[in-house]
Amino acid sequence: MMSTLNRAPDDRPEGSDGIDQLGHLATGELDLSHGVALYLEDITVSFDGFKALNNLNLEIDAGELRCIIGPNGAGKTTMMDVITGKTRPDSGKAFFGQTIDLTRLSEPEIAHVGIGRKFQKPTIFEQHTVFENLELAMKTDKRVWKSLFAWLADDERDRIAETLRLIRLAGEADRPAGLLSHGQKQWLEIGMLLMQEPKLLLLDEPVAGMTDDETMRTAELFVSLAGKHSLVVVEHDMAFVEKLGGLVTVLHEGSVLAEGDLATVQNDQRVIEVYLGR
Amino acid sequence: MRRPLTLRIIDSLDGKAWLALGVFLALALVAVPVLHLAVPEDSAFHVSTYVITLIGKIMCYALVAVAMDLIWGYGGILSLGHGLFFALGGYAFGMYLMRQIGRDGSYQSDLPDFMVFLDWKELPWFWSGSDSFLWVAILVVVVPAIVAFIFGYFAFRSRIKGVYFSIITQALTYAAMLLFFRNETGFGGNNGFTDFKRVLGYTVTSPETRLVLFGLTALLLAATLVFAAWLVKSKFGRVLAAIRDAESRVMFIGYNPLWYKLFIWVVSAVLCGIAGALYVPQVGIINPSEMSPANSIEIAIWVAVGGRGTLIGPVIGAFVVNLAKSWFTVSFPEYWLFFLGLLFIVVTLMLPQGLVGLWKKLTTRKEGAAA
Repeated sequence: MMSTLNRAPDDRPEGSDGIDQLGHLATGELDLSHGVALYLEDITVSFDGFKALNNLNLEIDAGELRCIIGPNGAGKTTMMDVITGKTRPDSGKAFFGQTIDLTRLSEPEIAHVGIGRKFQKPTIFEQHTVFENLELAMKTDKRVWKSLFAWLADDERDRIAETLRLIRLAGEADRPAGLLSHGQKQWLEIGMLLMQEPKLLLLDEPVAGMTDDETMRTAELFVSLAGKHSLVVVEHDMAFVEKLGGLVTVLHEGSVLAEGDLATVQNDQRVIEVYLGR
Repeated sequence: MRRPLTLRIIDSLDGKAWLALGVFLALALVAVPVLHLAVPEDSAFHVSTYVITLIGKIMCYALVAVAMDLIWGYGGILSLGHGLFFALGGYAFGMYLMRQIGRDGSYQSDLPDFMVFLDWKELPWFWSGSDSFLWVAILVVVVPAIVAFIFGYFAFRSRIKGVYFSIITQALTYAAMLLFFRNETGFGGNNGFTDFKRVLGYTVTSPETRLVLFGLTALLLAATLVFAAWLVKSKFGRVLAAIRDAESRVMFIGYNPLWYKLFIWVVSAVLCGIAGALYVPQVGIINPSEMSPANSIEIAIWVAVGGRGTLIGPVIGAFVVNLAKSWFTVSFPEYWLFFLGLLFIVVTLMLPQGLVGLWKKLTTRKEGAAA
C-alpha cells in the first residue's frame, strides 16, 4: 500500500488534475479502493518560525470515525486548514483517497471532491432562512451560470426536507438562521455538511455550546454516519469522545503523541504529562 | 416542474411593484411628452426643458445607484470608483457625438475641434469606427466590461476585501482621471467633449430628441430594476448575499467566490457604462471630472441614503440627494458639500437602512399600534 501512496504526483491516473477554473471537478474521481480515506505524511507548517505542525503523520480509513484531542496550540485547527486547502504545508504529502493531492487544490475544489468542514464557531448564513442554508450547501453544479438559472427539483426539495427532519429543524425552515439558538446553529451547520454529501467530514468542536441532551443526540448521529462516511472529530468533551468510541489520536506540538482507544490513551504517561504539566 | 424563466422574472416583483413600475413608465413615456409638447409654456402644467433634462439626468444617476447597490448592498463590496465606468460609457458615446458634429465645428474640419487645436492631422487608431452608432454602442458595453473584468479578476483573485478594495478602486478612478486630463490621451483633455450637434442625424437639443432620450432612460431604468430583482432572487443572488455574510463558509461548501464577485462586478460596471452613454447627450458634456473620487463617493451616498440591499432604495436615494443638490447649488451653493457630509453622517449613524428602512420602521410601528 505504501508504494501506491508514495508515487510521484505526476504518475497519478490520468484525469486526476483535470480540474477547471470554476471550482468544479471535471474528471478526477475519489479512489477509496485501498481502504484509506485520508493520508497525511510528514506535514510541516510553520508560521514565522513557529512550527504549528511538525512532521505530522495521520491515516484515516474509509468509514472510520476518528477523534483528535490535544491541548490548545497542538495544531488541530491547522491540520484541518491543511486538509481543506486553507493553508499550504511547507512540506509533506496530503492525499484524499489514492489519487487526489489536496496540496494542489483550492478550497472550493476540495469541497467538490468530497470533504466537508464544520468550523469551531458555527458558521452559517444568518440572513438566509434555514431552508436556504441547506439549499446553498446541497451537492450540485456550483458554477455561476448554473446558479443564475437554478430551480429546485422535487427530489431536491425532498432531500432538504429529509435533512431538516434529521437535524430537527423542520419547524424552523423558513426562519432566518440567525435567530436559531447556539445548539441549533451547530446542528444546521452539520446539516449543511450532510447536504454536500461529503465522503470525509471534518468537525471542529461540534458540540461546543450544546446541552447534554443535544450532545448525546449529536454523538448518535455521528456514529450512524460512520461507515458510509469517514469522520474526523476534534473535541475537548471527553464524555462525548467516549460516546463516539473509535480510535483517538492525541496531538501535541504539531505531531502525533499517542494513538489508540480512549482508555489506552488516557492511561498513557506522556499524555497525562502533556495535559497535567500545563 | 421547472418554472419557465419568463414566469420566474414576473415572480421576482410583487403586484404592487409591477403597478408602481407601470405608473412610472406611463408618466415618463406618455404624461411627460404630452405635458411638454401639447401644453402651452405659460400653463402651470407645462413641463419645461429644464425639468426634463434634470429628471433625465437623475434617472441616469438612479441607474448607477442600482448598479452600485448590486455590488455593495448585495455583494458587500464597496466600490469608490464606479464613476470610472460611468465616464467610460459616457466617453465612448461622446466619441460618436463628436463625430456627428461633422464640419459644423469652429474649425470646419472633419476632425473634432480639440484635435485640430492640437494640430493632429488624422484620427488616432482608437477613434476608428467611432462614426458608427453600432460600433460605439458595442464600445459602451465592452469597454467598461473589459476594464472591470481585468481589474476585478486580479483584485478578487488576490482576495482583496473591505476598505482595501475601496481604496484601490478610488485610486483606479483617480489614475484614469489624470490620464484623461492629458491632451495627448486623445479625449479632449480637461475640456472633454461638448458642443454636440446631432445624434443619429437628429438635432440633439430638439424637444423630440430630448423626449426620446428621456423615454429611453426611463425604459432602461425600469428594465434594470426588473433584471436586478430577478438576479437577487435567483440562487445566484442567494450565493452572492452568502459571500457577503460568510465568505469562507461559501468556499468550503464548494462555490468559488471569485467568479460570483467578478460576474456581479462586471454587470454593475456595464450598467454604469450604459447610464453614462445616456447621460452625455442629455447633459451635453463629458469631461474627466466625472472620474473624480468625489463623484464616486457621491454614488455610494445615494445608495446609503436610499437604503442599500433594497432595489427601490438606491432610486429614491439618487432622486432625493440630486434634487436637494440642484436646489442647494442654486440657493446656497457654498453649503452643498457641508449638507452632503452631514447627510452621510446622519444616515450612517441614525438610519443604517436608509430612507427605505425608516419607512419600514414607521409603517410596522403604525401596524403595531393599530393591533
